[in-house]
Amino acid sequence: MAYQIATGAGGDRPRLPGSLHVNRRLSQWLRIRRAGYVEITSGKVELGQGILTALRQIAADELDVSLDRVRLVPASTAHSPDEGVTSGSLSVQESGTALRYACAEARAIYLAAAARKLGVSVETLRIEDGEIAGPGNLSTSYWELADDALLAREATGAVAPKPAGDRRLAGNAAARVDIPDKVFGRARFLHDLVLPEMLHGRVLRPPSIGATLESLDKHAGRLPGVVAVVRDGSFVGVVAETEAVAKKAVERLRSVAVWRTCKSLPDAADIPSWLKAQPVETTVVASRSGAPLPATRTVRREYTKPFLAHASIGPSCAIAHWRGGGVHVRTHSQGVYNLQADLALALGAARERVTVEHVEGAGCYGHNGADDVALDAALLARAADGRPVRVQWSREDELGWAPFGPAMLVAIEADLDADGEVVAWRHQAWSNGHSIRPGRAKTPTLLAAAHLAKPFEQIAAINAPLAAGGGAERNAVPEYDFPSLHVVNHRVLTMPLRASALRSLGALANVFALEQMVDEIAAERGENPVAYRLRHLSDPRARAVIERAAVRAGWSGRKRVEGTGFGIAYARYKATGAYCAVVAEVEAEREIRVQRLVIAVDVGEVINPDGVANQIEGGAIQATSWTLKEAVQFDRERVTSDTWETYPILRFSEVPAVEIDIIARPDEKPLGAGEAAQGPVAAAIANAVNDALGIRIRDLPITPERIVAAMG
Amino acid sequence: MGEPVRLTVNGTERAIAAEPSTPLLTVLRSVLGLTATHFGCGSNQCGACNVLLDGYAVASCDTPLWAAAGKHVTTLEGLGTPEKPHPLQSAFMAEQAMQCGYCISGVLISAAALLNANPDPSEAQVRAALDRNLCRCGAHNRMVRAVLRAARGGR
Repeated sequence: MAYQIATGAGGDRPRLPGSLHVNRRLSQWLRIRRAGYVEITSGKVELGQGILTALRQIAADELDVSLDRVRLVPASTAHSPDEGVTSGSLSVQESGTALRYACAEARAIYLAAAARKLGVSVETLRIEDGEIAGPGNLSTSYWELADDALLAREATGAVAPKPAGDRRLAGNAAARVDIPDKVFGRARFLHDLVLPEMLHGRVLRPPSIGATLESLDKHAGRLPGVVAVVRDGSFVGVVAETEAVAKKAVERLRSVAVWRTCKSLPDAADIPSWLKAQPVETTVVASRSGAPLPATRTVRREYTKPFLAHASIGPSCAIAHWRGGGVHVRTHSQGVYNLQADLALALGAARERVTVEHVEGAGCYGHNGADDVALDAALLARAADGRPVRVQWSREDELGWAPFGPAMLVAIEADLDADGEVVAWRHQAWSNGHSIRPGRAKTPTLLAAAHLAKPFEQIAAINAPLAAGGGAERNAVPEYDFPSLHVVNHRVLTMPLRASALRSLGALANVFALEQMVDEIAAERGENPVAYRLRHLSDPRARAVIERAAVRAGWSGRKRVEGTGFGIAYARYKATGAYCAVVAEVEAEREIRVQRLVIAVDVGEVINPDGVANQIEGGAIQATSWTLKEAVQFDRERVTSDTWETYPILRFSEVPAVEIDIIARPDEKPLGAGEAAQGPVAAAIANAVNDALGIRIRDLPITPERIVAAMG
Repeated sequence: MGEPVRLTVNGTERAIAAEPSTPLLTVLRSVLGLTATHFGCGSNQCGACNVLLDGYAVASCDTPLWAAAGKHVTTLEGLGTPEKPHPLQSAFMAEQAMQCGYCISGVLISAAALLNANPDPSEAQVRAALDRNLCRCGAHNRMVRAVLRAARGGR
């Protein structure tokens, strides 16, 4: 579990940096190869975020080798360190830190071996691209000394990595290693893998969520080229020689299947009322009471966010292959060990019989369908007589059946004194938990597990502990110096739609709410919203991003133009991660167009500045899409927004210009960048809409219909 | 199945023995093993499977094989090679113009069709030409810069 690592599993042994604490053997992290390269192994996986490149930069720096001598071994339960899930913007922090210390220690071990071999002292040796030179003509190399036994030991953490100033690669933009393959169309994606004898599988989805299959004439699916029609309870699928035949056979089965449908979904038009009416588990997230101050009035506001889809361009895919009593699964899951645990539970197999190997997939923004399709493939491949089975979901599967980012309602009350200053702040959030990630519960959370003849009970989504960033309550606690505050989270315990982690989790709704509320309070005082925020923040790194974004956007010198607006918002992601301030510039006519986003960010030490810029910009554009366009639609039975027409996302012609200012802090610890901008972008856009039109839109998405309604 | 369908794929003549109604995408990926072209939606709504058909960008998922008979199909594999890259491929590397890259094959094809028709497009024209290509990672602006860079001869 990512948050167990973050909060310190690993027993009572001395604390080691990052994921090294729970994966202590150096050989789990790197091997020196005689052929002249270094293999590094991370438990983190490439999701399109460029992590492979950042990790290679870190290793190359510590070992004094060139970047192209570092190769990354794909994560697999067969050999990788267990780093839980690639999520929460923690890869550089957890894996990068571990790798840095492991490589520093490996370098020292190899230097000592070189000194022994050459009969000189370690101090006289230099390393250049893996060649180790001593006094006179004495020399050897990592490659000559390569011996797995040297690293077959636990890390001590006693060898300090290089100081920031001595790093040659980290901190400089590096070209991503995966890009050449992708521009020339060379297969890198799991979707493109073709194995010998490979078959294709497809699943018949129920007509409504929670429907049960009453009868099925399996013969209807036995077309030429069909290898097997599989039924296990309400789980139905086909294995065929080609994808086209599998698809056709599933359509035949659909026409003869008799289902008992059910109306399990709430009224999509009134999610806030539904959220408030459900059984909840309430926790106090934060509370502090300053000296009681007289309040003259209370401002109460409610903000909402709908269910959101991951909506990757590549539908989820997996390949499963049963042989020798076990199953080998290729997946683009975020966590190979977590998926292994749930597959073992769902298949009734011992964990060691399930091998899970990562292969790159399409863009991943949280807990999507990757794990679910792996179980589909494993179930279908059992009927494939030892041949591998590839399953790629349809677009409708991907938008309709993968987990969703949960809907949220946030209610804020601010007690104000006679000057309009906040004396007390109360924040309540209602939401499903933000994680049904696999590998964390006694029952599997994978989609098909609930459809089997002996179905596994679906558990309500949970939230990670706040110390690990929380879930729904992420960024619910304002960073401003309000004298008293009370923040409460209501975890909704009924879960009609599968809800799980989507990039930034609760931070989107919480920051959207609190940064609008702050803006409104500043405006009522007639105070500049930039000045108001600065006046209530003492952390210099927070102040720096706000000041930088405001200056760069030309906040103070701007001319007011009819129908346009500026808005600012700020948050420190998870309260412990990256600092991010956003100025949005919008044009408001019949619909809102975001013209420009100016973003200042502080992610501590920057490993690959271009990677950080790409992640921040991508996150900001995705958040613009969420803010203006996106909401999962459903009737009482099923999700209806299962095409790009019914679930539109931002297009090229609608994408704003994005300017990014990275505040370099080479001596601070590195922080993730992938999720810092989402909350501030949504709030900055809403604040800019208010600046342009004088209306407050407190419900996402900010659609033309909502603008019209608010204009009255 | 009747006569094989003849077409030219990346400069090579092919005779495809498949139902004429088979989607071109299926022929490219499953019959010819050309996997650069990706499935995204199956209904011409995302651009991930775009290929050039006689120089025009079309969605191969809803183009039946018969519609490509006698025509020239170009996929990303046929656009250029590491030894002889298409200016767009060089520009996309120079600009690091992607995140996950799943959509990139279709984007490069749409861009190639644009540059065939208009070698010196404005930024707005590039955005309009790519508007039917969806990108979820938010790498749009980098891709637009890369197309403009390619149009300027790599500068």
